[in-house]
Amino acid sequence: MGTDQSGDRERAMTDRTTIDRTSHLELEQHEKTFLDSNELIINMGPQHPATHGVLRVILKLDGEKVLGTECVIGYLHRGVEKIAEHRTYTMFNPYVDRMDYVAAVSNGLGYCEAVEKLLNVEAPRRAQYIRVILTELNRLASHMLWLGTHALDIGAITPLFYTFRDREEILKIFEKYCGARLTTHAFRIGGCSYETYDGFEREVKKFLDFVTPKIDEYEELLTTNRIWVERTKDVGKISARECIALGVTGPVLRASGVKWDLRKAQPYAAYSDFDFEIPVGQNGDTYDRYIVRMQEMRQSLRIIDQAIGKIPDGPIMAKVAKVMKPPVGEIYHSIEAPKGELGYFIVSDGSTQPYRVRVRPPSFVNLQALDMMVRGALVADVIAVIGTLDIVLGEVDR
Amino acid sequence: MISRLKGQHGSGIREANTYLGQEYIVADSSLIPELLQVLRDQEKFDYCVDITAVHYPDREKQFEVVWILYSFPRNERIRVKASYAETESVPSAVPIWPAANWLEREVFDMFGIRFHGHPDLKRILLPDGWKGHPLRKDYGIIQQDQEWVQINLGIESGQ
Repeated sequence: MGTDQSGDRERAMTDRTTIDRTSHLELEQHEKTFLDSNELIINMGPQHPATHGVLRVILKLDGEKVLGTECVIGYLHRGVEKIAEHRTYTMFNPYVDRMDYVAAVSNGLGYCEAVEKLLNVEAPRRAQYIRVILTELNRLASHMLWLGTHALDIGAITPLFYTFRDREEILKIFEKYCGARLTTHAFRIGGCSYETYDGFEREVKKFLDFVTPKIDEYEELLTTNRIWVERTKDVGKISARECIALGVTGPVLRASGVKWDLRKAQPYAAYSDFDFEIPVGQNGDTYDRYIVRMQEMRQSLRIIDQAIGKIPDGPIMAKVAKVMKPPVGEIYHSIEAPKGELGYFIVSDGSTQPYRVRVRPPSFVNLQALDMMVRGALVADVIAVIGTLDIVLGEVDR
Repeated sequence: MISRLKGQHGSGIREANTYLGQEYIVADSSLIPELLQVLRDQEKFDYCVDITAVHYPDREKQFEVVWILYSFPRNERIRVKASYAETESVPSAVPIWPAANWLEREVFDMFGIRFHGHPDLKRILLPDGWKGHPLRKDYGIIQQDQEWVQINLGIESGQ
């Protein structure tokens, strides 16, 4: 058994044809390696707990140093865009929840708003406030999940228990609101299909009081923790220019010092009604991205706090036809999802089904920066960088 | 901006319009490399949001490629569209925006549109040996590369 395995490994490394077929890395010029040892190509994933799903990364290594990477994705490809062409606008709505499944509410918001624009209807104020509250709660849940798993990857186990305990409270609110915890399908084209339940405001307020000190608690565990700082400071650095060139958005872009958030730059839903800051970093390293996301969680709480106190009365659904036939035309609408710019490009041919739906996924575009961020770093840093990019493979592969 | 572009490239820009408050330009495919460069360098569209395509089987030039651009300094978005026949290849935007790399690979994977000048044009979401391009309109929703499924997954059908 043992000899067989090592034989296989040797063959895999020397068999040029297999490597050429799977990777561009071998085609590059050989770089000088430490002690003239052989470069090593190893495969990380798709079944690997630290790749957050089914991401496969082929690493070219010189000892512990990363010379280059290549991502192999598509293991979770379900053809969402093709499915959309064969469903009515309403029928496609639940499918979008299955892309970024830890932030399903954001996905739904982007899609519903895009179709509403195409139909030229606007959701009533009350619905928009409910949308903001639920979307921000979802951003909080998404960041909590990111924090727990990211810290776990780096070796801190405790934050995972804390964040999952607190995320549970958000999921309970979702469950009470619409019956689902993860793939919520909370919104409908034209507004919300559910009225808030009795005691919704009270429970959200209670949650705010509950969670505010908890975020300090997470920070106490990590922010000045020497191991955490050593593992994240100056790791996976990316400058603002590189971010923009690579199309990277969301907290990763902001941690590099670009003060850009679609909620402010091109406000949608009711975001222009609320006061909040856009947290930015300076160094564009893993530590700054951590700080930015922590501050974003506090800003989300601030938005929810403002919104919950003044949800307007009125209807929750605009007047939309049961059978939707948007006029011939195209629309691109994007929102600030927890991971970055989530866009929907929808082409209507005037029928009940979209002619084409294109989803611009933030995780997919952000993942492109991985190679640049880990070149020259150590293998262990690859894990940290995958964590800090905050990708969800359901959205990368669609 | 639109009028300036029209002044510079008059005949190449077939249509420049606004729909639902969003600006778009329909350009000649021959003008595309120059137009994209001008949009980035002179008009400061520094962020390539998305590159995608739409398949219109009934048209003479079947594929409409769409570039969605955003400018950080201007806080504006614009869509550039151009039509290509199945045999034509599209100039790659990777030298202009590195972000175009994976986006173009996805368009190639899903539509079979080739981009010349792309550093590593190959499939991205589907397996390398897959036959067919699923987002074309003539590709059925339950259609699969049965041969690939049988060889690689060892099952009769993926359905």
